[in-house]
Amino acid sequence: MVDSGHRESGAPDPGRRWVDLLLGTGLVATIIAFLYPAIRYVIPPPVTESADRSVVAAKVGEIKDNTAKVFRFGSEPAILIRTAEGQYRAFTAVCTHLGCTVQYRADLHEIWCPCHNGIYNLQGRNISGPPPRPLTEYTVHVQGDQIVVARNS
Amino acid sequence: MARIYRRIMGWLDERFGAGSIEQFLRHKTVPVHRHTIWYYLGGMTLFLFIVQVLTGILLLLYYRPTADGAFESVQFIMTQVKFGWLIRSIHSWSANLMIFTAFLHMFSVYFLKAYRKPRELTWISGMLLFFIVLGFGFSGYLLPWNTLSFFATKVGTDMAGFMPVFGKWILVFLRGGKEVTGATLTRFFGFHVAVLPGLATLLLATHLLLVQRLGMSVPPSIEKKIEEGKETALSMPFFPNFLLRDIMGWYGALGVLGALAAIFPWELGTKANPFGSAPAGIRPEWYFLFMYQTLKYLPAKVLFINSELLGLLGFGLAGLVWVLVPFLDYKAGFGRLTRFFTGLGIFVIGFIVMMSWLAVR
Repeated sequence: MVDSGHRESGAPDPGRRWVDLLLGTGLVATIIAFLYPAIRYVIPPPVTESADRSVVAAKVGEIKDNTAKVFRFGSEPAILIRTAEGQYRAFTAVCTHLGCTVQYRADLHEIWCPCHNGIYNLQGRNISGPPPRPLTEYTVHVQGDQIVVARNS
Repeated sequence: MARIYRRIMGWLDERFGAGSIEQFLRHKTVPVHRHTIWYYLGGMTLFLFIVQVLTGILLLLYYRPTADGAFESVQFIMTQVKFGWLIRSIHSWSANLMIFTAFLHMFSVYFLKAYRKPRELTWISGMLLFFIVLGFGFSGYLLPWNTLSFFATKVGTDMAGFMPVFGKWILVFLRGGKEVTGATLTRFFGFHVAVLPGLATLLLATHLLLVQRLGMSVPPSIEKKIEEGKETALSMPFFPNFLLRDIMGWYGALGVLGALAAIFPWELGTKANPFGSAPAGIRPEWYFLFMYQTLKYLPAKVLFINSELLGLLGFGLAGLVWVLVPFLDYKAGFGRLTRFFTGLGIFVIGFIVMMSWLAVR
C-alpha cells in the first residue's frame, strides 16, 4: 500500500520535495496547455465588415415631411430625417449613452432615445438626458431618385 | 496550505457540520484484489462526461441550431475560430470514447456481479444513465446537419414510428412534425443541451451517492476466497489514494484525446439536402450497428408482424431483462455462483461484437 502525501511531522525529505516540484511543474504546464486553446477559442475571430462609405438610404418621395427612416449603414443603424421644412439630415442612430437605437419624434421635432429619455436636436446635439456626446452626422446627397447617405471623411 | 485548509474546514464545520460530509467522503475504501482494475472505468466515464460538458459549453458559443445556419456555424468553428477544430474534434472523440468506456463499465459490473443485493438501484441508475448517453449520441449526431446525420436521424426516428399504439405520436414528437426538418434540429438541440444534461445530472448524483453510500462491491469469487482464508481482504482509502490513481488515468485519457483530435480531426461532411438521395454505404454510428444489422436480417413480415416492430419489441424486451437483471439473478445476492447469467452476458457480448463486425465487413 502506498502512503500518500507529506508526513505530518518532521522535515519533508529532499527526494519527496523533488517529486513535488516535478509534479507541480507538470501540472501547471498542463493547465496552461489546456487553458490557452480555450481562451483563444473564446475570443471571436474578426468578422469582415463592409467598409462602404455610402449607402442608398431611401427613394425620393419615400419619406414625408416631419418623418424619418432608420436604415442599415454598414453594421450599424442610421437615421434619415426629413424635417418639417423638407430638409434631409442623417445621423448615426446609435445613442451615445448606452447604444440604443434612437427614433424621430414628430411631436417634439427632436431625436429621442426611449431607453433613458435622451434627447438630441436636429443638429444631432445632445440637449437633454444622459447622452454624453452628439450623434455623428452624415452627409446626404440626392442622386436622381435616390437619397444617398455618406460618411464624412 | 494544510493549516489554511483546516481553518476553512473548521469554519464551515461550525456553520453546518461540514465535518460529517468530509467523513462521508472519507469512509469509502476501495478493495484491492486482482479485479481492482475494473473499478477505474466508472471514474473514466465520468471524466469523459466532464470533458463533454466543458467542450460542449465552448461549442455553444458559436453553434446555431437552425437548418440554414447549423452546418455553416460548425464550418465556421472548424475553419475560422482559433482551436475550433480542436474543441469540436475532442467533443466528438470524447463522446465515442465515453460510450465505449460506459459499455466496458457496464459489462465489468455485470460479470463481477456488482449489481447483486444491495446494489440493485445502483445498477438501474447506471443503466438509465447508459440510455441517456446513447440519447446524447443520437441527438448530438444530427447537430452538424450534414448528409450522414440527416439520414441517420430520418431512419432512427422512422423506427420509433413502428412502436405499437404511440409510435406515430412519438415520431411527430421527436421530429417536431411529420418529416425531419429544421424543427427536428431545434428539438434535438434542446434535448442535447438541456433535457438530457438535466436528467443526466440528477441520475449521476443518484448513482454516485449510492456508490459512495454502499462502497465498492467485492466480486463473489474473491469474497469466497476471503471466506475460505485463501486471500486476505485488502483495501485502500478512496480519498486520496484511489482518486490520485484515477487522476493519473484521466491525465492519460487527456493525452489520448488530444492526440486523436490532432491526428484525426473529426470530419464535417457535406451539408444535408432534405430533397437529395441517401448516399451509398450509409450506416449508423458504431454503437447502434448491432441493432441496425439485426434488423437487416429480419424478413419484412414474420407471422403478420412487421419486422421493424418485431425488432423493436425484441430489443425492448432484451433491454428490460438487462435492466432487471439484479432481480432475476437474485440468487447471486446469497453468494451463489449463477453461471446462467454469466453465460447470458457472454452471449450478449458475442452477439453485439458479431453483428457489429458483420455490419462493417
